[in-house]
Order: sequence, then C-alpha cells, then structure tokens
Amino acid sequence: MMIPACRLEDLPRGEAHRLDIDPPVSVFHTDDGELFAIDDTCTHQDASLADGWLEGCEVECPLHASKFDLRTGAVDAPPAKLPVRTHEVVVEDGMIYVQPSTEAPNLPPCISARLAGGPA
Amino acid sequence: MRTVAVVGASLAGLSAARSLRKQGYDGRLVVIGDELHRPYDRPPLSKEFLAGRLGEAELALEADGEDLGAEWLLGVRAAGLDHARRAIRLADGREVSADGVVIATGAAARTLPGSEGLAGVHTLRTLDDARALRDELARGGRLVVIGGGFIGAEVASTAYALGLDVTVVEAAPTPLAGPLGETMGAIVSALHADHGVPLECGVGVKGLSGETRVDAVLLEDGRSIPADIVVVGVGARPNVEWLQGSGIVLDNGVKCGADGRTSLAGVVAVGDCANWYDPRAGFHRRVEHWTGARERPDAAVATLLAAGAVKPGVPRPPYFWSDQYGVKIQFAGHAAGADSVTIEAGTADDRDVLAVYRRAGDPVAVLGMNQPRLFMRRRKQLAATAS
Ligand SMILES: Cc1cc2nc3c(=O)[nH]c(=O)nc-3n(C[C@H](O)[C@H](O)[C@H](O)COP(=O)(O)OP(=O)(O)OC[C@H]3O[C@@H](n4cnc5c(N)ncnc54)[C@H](O)[C@@H]3O)c2cc1C
Ligand code: FES
Repeated sequence: MMIPACRLEDLPRGEAHRLDIDPPVSVFHTDDGELFAIDDTCTHQDASLADGWLEGCEVECPLHASKFDLRTGAVDAPPAKLPVRTHEVVVEDGMIYVQPSTEAPNLPPCISARLAGGPA
Repeated sequence: MRTVAVVGASLAGLSAARSLRKQGYDGRLVVIGDELHRPYDRPPLSKEFLAGRLGEAELALEADGEDLGAEWLLGVRAAGLDHARRAIRLADGREVSADGVVIATGAAARTLPGSEGLAGVHTLRTLDDARALRDELARGGRLVVIGGGFIGAEVASTAYALGLDVTVVEAAPTPLAGPLGETMGAIVSALHADHGVPLECGVGVKGLSGETRVDAVLLEDGRSIPADIVVVGVGARPNVEWLQGSGIVLDNGVKCGADGRTSLAGVVAVGDCANWYDPRAGFHRRVEHWTGARERPDAAVATLLAAGAVKPGVPRPPYFWSDQYGVKIQFAGHAAGADSVTIEAGTADDRDVLAVYRRAGDPVAVLGMNQPRLFMRRRKQLAATAS
C-alpha cells in the first residue's frame, strides 16, 4: 500500500518529512536531489532521525551521533548497533509516496518494551 | 608497525581498535583491559540500566559477531610502560611488546575519604558498581546523592523514578556551574525541585556516620541528613598512575596534542584519560564525555599509523548529553569562555530551552533541553564557524 507523504515542492533539499504512521517513517530529500525513506526512530533510543543532520546520503542521529546510510539503512558506529529499515519512494504527479517495507522494524528497547505492554 | 597495543578496553579503546582496522592496519593487535567484561557502554549505568529497563547484554558496545582480529587480554592491569624497550608490563608479570601504543585507560570515580568499608556507600563508574547500586536501590529507602554534577543528578532522577526518597547535596552554590555556567546550571538543576527532590547547595560534606552501614550524611554546617544509601558523585580522576616513571608527560591525565600524540613517539592517548590540546579553546582540556571517546580515536590512530606525519584536523567541539527526569539535555562547546548566554527558543519555565553562549558576539557553546532538532542545527553551525 502506497502512503502519500507530501508534495515534492514542499520538501526542499536538505530537509526531511516525517510520516506519523506506526512506526513513523521519514522521507529525506538530499542535497543532490535524491529521495529516500527510512524508519524515523533511531535503533538506539527514542530519537527522531528527521530531527537529525543530513549530509550526503547519511543522516546523523540528533542524540548520540550514530549515522545511518539512507540507501541501505546501515549504521556506522555505536551507540546504535542495528540498521533501520529502508522503504521504497515513488513520486507521481508531484506527490511523494512511500511503500512501507514488510520487514520487522528494529525499534529501540524502550519502544519495543512499550509496544509489548511492558514498562515504558 | 608490527604490533599495536591498546591499553583500556572500553569505549575509547574499542574505538581505537576499530579505527586501526578501518584505516588499514593489519598487524598484531592486542587489547589490554583490567575489567573482565567485554567493552560495554557506561551512560546507561546511571539511567536505563540502573532503572532496570536495560539488561547487561544490551550494554555491549561490540556488534554481534564483530571480529577485529585482536588478542584480548582482559582482567589484567597494565602496570608500566617501558618506552625504550617498547614494552608494556602487566600486573601479573607478563609483558607485551608493541611498537605502537594507544593509551585508553579512562578515569575512575573519586571517593570520599573515610567512607571506605562502610556498607551502603557507592560510587558509579563500572558495570560492577551499577549492579551493586541497582540491587540496593531495589530495596528502597532514603538516598543521599553527594554531588550535583551529571552523574549525581542522573542517579537522583533515576532513583526518584524508582520511588526512593532522594536528597542531593552540592558543595558549590550552583550545581553544574562549571560545565554550563551559573545561569543555565541553575535552570537545569531546578529539575530536582520540580520533582520535589531537595537540593542542598553551597554546603560541604564533613563525613558520613554509621557503624558498619551508613546512616547519615554529616554536613559542614552541622546538619545531618539521614540516609540508607549514599552515592558519591564527586567526579573522576584519570587512570594514569601506571604511566608514572615511563617518561610520558602527565598533567591532569596524559598530555597530548590535538591529534592525540603524546610526548613519546609511537604512543597516543584517547578518551577520558587524555588531556587534549583544544585548538578552538587554545588550551588543553580533559573532556570526559562519550562522543569524544568515540570520535577522537580516529584522529589519534591516523597519527599513530602515519608516525606523526599527518596534519591534525580540528576536532568537533566537545559534546555531551544527559537525561534527567525525562528531559534530554545536550551541550556542545565551551561555556567557560562565554560572556553572555541567551535563550533563543523555548522557555526556562517549561524546561525546553535552546540557549546559545557567546563571546564577543560569536557563538561558543549551545545548550538544549528537549530541543534535539534545534540543538543539532546549532551544534553544526558551531562546528562550522569555529573550524
Ligand atoms: C555512569 C556514567 C554515565 C555517563 N553518562 C554519560 C552521558 O550521558 N553522556 C556522555 O557524554 N558521557 C557519559 N558518560 C561518560 C562516558 O561514559 C565516558 O566519557 C567514556 O566511558 C570514556 O571512555 P574511555 O574508554 O575513555 O574510558 P572508560 O570508559 O573509563 O574506560 C577505561 C577502561 O580502561 C580500564 N583501565 C584503567 N586502567 C587500566 C590499566 N592500568 N590497565 C588496563 N585497563 C585499565 C578501565 O577499567 C576501563 O575499563 C558517563 C559515564 C558514567 C560512568
Ligand atoms: S538515540 Fe540515536 S544514537 Fe542514540
């Protein structure tokens, strides 16, 4: 199922747009004009990668600076250890759509516990 | 270079070992650490781990199946460095010959003189410390935290959430004034009062009372605060005693350049034990924060492998975070050099501020409370303008 994100003209280069689905996904527009979508939540703790710093094809987490590769979801160094999921992005008639991945997300322990009904 | 020894098997040591391999070093790599544990992450020790929300397995710094092709000598302390013979002496009598050495022995928690052997008194630096403290906190009671710095404040916040009756004692008039300055130190430490945690400032601790177990903290003004558990959070000192007599220059840790080079050829220092030259500040600083221990080994390893022939880049401004009472605190730069501080977003009352510190109009530091996005942007500007 394709989810509409926002209009391409509303997402300048160097910016990110967060979709408040569960779990949230963010679309990044790189300085080179490419579009990528990854899980918005860092795999280390509860941080929004849309709040992070975009440089080339990498986004640096705003809390503890692990960097995620937008193309593969891979993480470079601790504290995060697991990759984020990547999602397919399609642009049609000036509208950005995201096709969510069917893989299981790598959510940080604090969020997995909350989803499992455990202590937050 | 045929053998590199990394002394200290925590964040800075592991990051150095990783940098060595990433930068193409394929010789023998020996990692020496006096703790028995594989490298683990310390920040959660005062936060999620202490609260029981994170287990030991999740503290591991290494990725599953990660193999650096290193020999790990764990549970053994380095006792000396013989530079002339290019050897590291171990406490058990063994010796490791190495032509390159990375010093990453970190820091140890300062203790309160006279509190040795008194049950219920804790410091917090290692996993073993955290296990012991966590078990005691689980029994509840009255906790007195000595020291209103970051570790003390985090322990107070975690223990408060666990339902303990917490008091914080701080010798300085304003907690955190050193790293954050008076104004912002007062705003951040007001988080204690927000949660009804008493904060006694400007009064020193005279000692502890109790026969075999602590029962009170005695203050210099004559008062005494009843306590079942005491956490001493009064800072850390660099673990460099083992380098005495090696000829290396020590001054508040291992004195080194902006690229980690020490006074000895083939020896670099990284992490909490290293007193780096900071080209932005124009003086040496020992920065005891996670991100420096994680990032700076890249430069130090480059220096080591190039035998000092590389020109050091300017490191990013020092950065740290802290989590207290559900508020994410982030700081980058140097507060000490600032002549003004302005709140540029949010309000102090809501505890969600973004504050910029300036010197003669130029930003020198930034503080965020629950402002990750704005903070990140300001931190990047700081790195760009000051380099
Ligand atoms: C409870 C706690 C919470 C923290 N929270 C934060 C936070 O929120 N944000 C932040 O930015 N920073 C935080 N920090 C700081 C951060 O953890 C440190 O900056 C970081 O651990 C430094 O890494 P290091 O490898 O230099 O030193 P260390 O982690 O101290 O490691 C040094 C290692 O060397 C070993 N060693 C010492 N002497 C010898 C010897 N002679 N021979 C062999 N081995 C030796 C030690 O046992 C230790 O294992 C926290 C620290 C603590 C303790
Ligand atoms: S929350 Fe992203 S690196 Fe810690």
